[in-house]
Amino acid sequence: MEIGLFHYLALAAILFTMGIFGIFLNRKNVITILMSIELMLLAVNINLIAFSSFMGDLTGQIFAMFVLTVAAAEAAIGLAILVVYFRSRGSIAVDDINLMKG
Amino acid sequence: MEQSYPNLIPALPELWLALGALVLLMLGVFRTNHVRRTVNNAAALMLAVAFFLVFAVGPTHQVTFSGLFVSDGFTLFMKALVLLGSGAVLVMSKPYLVDKDIFRFEYPVLVVTATLGMLMMVSANDMLSLYLGLELQSLSLYVLAAFNRDRQRSTEAGLKYFVLGALSSGMLLYGISLIYGFSGTTNFTILAGLYSGGATPSVGVLVGLVFVLAGLAFKISAAPFHMWTPDVYEGAPTPVTAFFAAAPKIAAMALVVRLLMGTFQGLVADWQQLVVFLSIASMVVGAFLALVQTNIKRLMAYSSIGHVGFALVGLAAGTTEGVTSLLVYMAIYLSMTLGAFACILSMRHKEGMCEDISDLAGLAKNQPRMAAALAIFMFSLAGIPLLAGFFGKLLVFLAAISAGLYTLALIGVLASVVGAFYYLRIVKIMYFDEPADAFEAPESRSIGLVMGVTAALNSPLSFFLISPLVAWAGAAAGALVL
Repeated sequence: MEIGLFHYLALAAILFTMGIFGIFLNRKNVITILMSIELMLLAVNINLIAFSSFMGDLTGQIFAMFVLTVAAAEAAIGLAILVVYFRSRGSIAVDDINLMKG
Repeated sequence: MEQSYPNLIPALPELWLALGALVLLMLGVFRTNHVRRTVNNAAALMLAVAFFLVFAVGPTHQVTFSGLFVSDGFTLFMKALVLLGSGAVLVMSKPYLVDKDIFRFEYPVLVVTATLGMLMMVSANDMLSLYLGLELQSLSLYVLAAFNRDRQRSTEAGLKYFVLGALSSGMLLYGISLIYGFSGTTNFTILAGLYSGGATPSVGVLVGLVFVLAGLAFKISAAPFHMWTPDVYEGAPTPVTAFFAAAPKIAAMALVVRLLMGTFQGLVADWQQLVVFLSIASMVVGAFLALVQTNIKRLMAYSSIGHVGFALVGLAAGTTEGVTSLLVYMAIYLSMTLGAFACILSMRHKEGMCEDISDLAGLAKNQPRMAAALAIFMFSLAGIPLLAGFFGKLLVFLAAISAGLYTLALIGVLASVVGAFYYLRIVKIMYFDEPADAFEAPESRSIGLVMGVTAALNSPLSFFLISPLVAWAGAAAGALVL
């Protein structure tokens, strides 16, 4: 069987869905949420690069580079906020993030 | 190969802010908090200079950086609003930050980088510059929300905002990747050309557009993507809340308008239903959930959700008239919000800042001037005739009616009647309830200045300002909708 564009898109869609469910269904701790966010961004990268490769157009690959860079900055800031949160609260369990109910 | 350099002139305000933010950051890092006052004043001055640079660049249509960056009448209007919002918040912030012992040099630097991100969002002409501008703004705002790092509520607000903001960026990006894959380009100009002739788009592009809209709806906090707003507004330090309510909303709204009206205008029939849904949901959520709030910052959060709904009524019309009304609405919203937050920032007892609505009781006896100003803002937010807020609502509803969206306009009017109840309740508490502890007299002249100017802009005097504002907004909308 030949691997075509469709397979890449399906893989990316599955990973993206896993990322979203990881954020919403996760009841344990916030680190898992950060991992889910990374998973979503990487799914997008697969999409972009697959399209770029099959269309013979470079824009998608350039875009993927920028997404990688921003994802790194985002992870750094997310972890920093998490550390600050842990310092004041003493826990990173998702169930404990409940001082304000929206 | 010939090397060509991009024309830097259209991006002058952005370049100025980028370089200035770096200089201020270095100054702060090497001289530590001794220079925080200097950094704060310099940042405010920089925003003011950027404001003039925006006008120096002017309303001519210019595209640069290989089509990634655009400057025209629309960006001029939106950038002016964004810079006014950021600048006003920056000059109002100091007393609160000093009071909470978090007046550090990072604050003005982060405000400037967030503003830089917003200007880039407004000027984006490609999915790539849209994404980078949005992330620069969001990353700065995540840190600002958690700025009071020793207080649990502030860090919790930062964490919530980060998780939901990252989720929305992910959805936005997924949508962008689909639009790129099924149309073959990320450039707004080319995309507009593809769909302007009534060409049927592939399903992939439409699905992508829905994802992008969902991601952007998070950023403008339109229901049903609003759940982060009340918590983040309540937990974040008050000046940061004021900042959230003012500038980023305007920038994200500019992005939505450019994307839907400037780029995918050919697909009006496809996205109109979505915008109508977002608009109705936001107006209803904003009107009903605000009724039960006791914290004034949470109340302002629901109020801002409702106002985004009203502004989207204008966009739902899908006409130039609709965009004009949306731009006017955002300008008026900015002045109302800044004024209301100037009052909230003056709510200070002997023991410190307070933010319960019940603390306002009897304000009319203790501080008649502040009570009068806050009453003007509340009447204006409620849309009482002759105040500025009324004209904004009138214009968006007129635009919706002339586009044939009668149900939407009707629901909007009903929602604003329900919303009037909680705004008027604040006025009642201030004027007719038994006085609570008196507030300390405000010591900051800048807060008083912002309060006075915005109160004048919202008072019946605004009647004379509406027609020039509409004319300017009309020119801006005309530059966008081709």
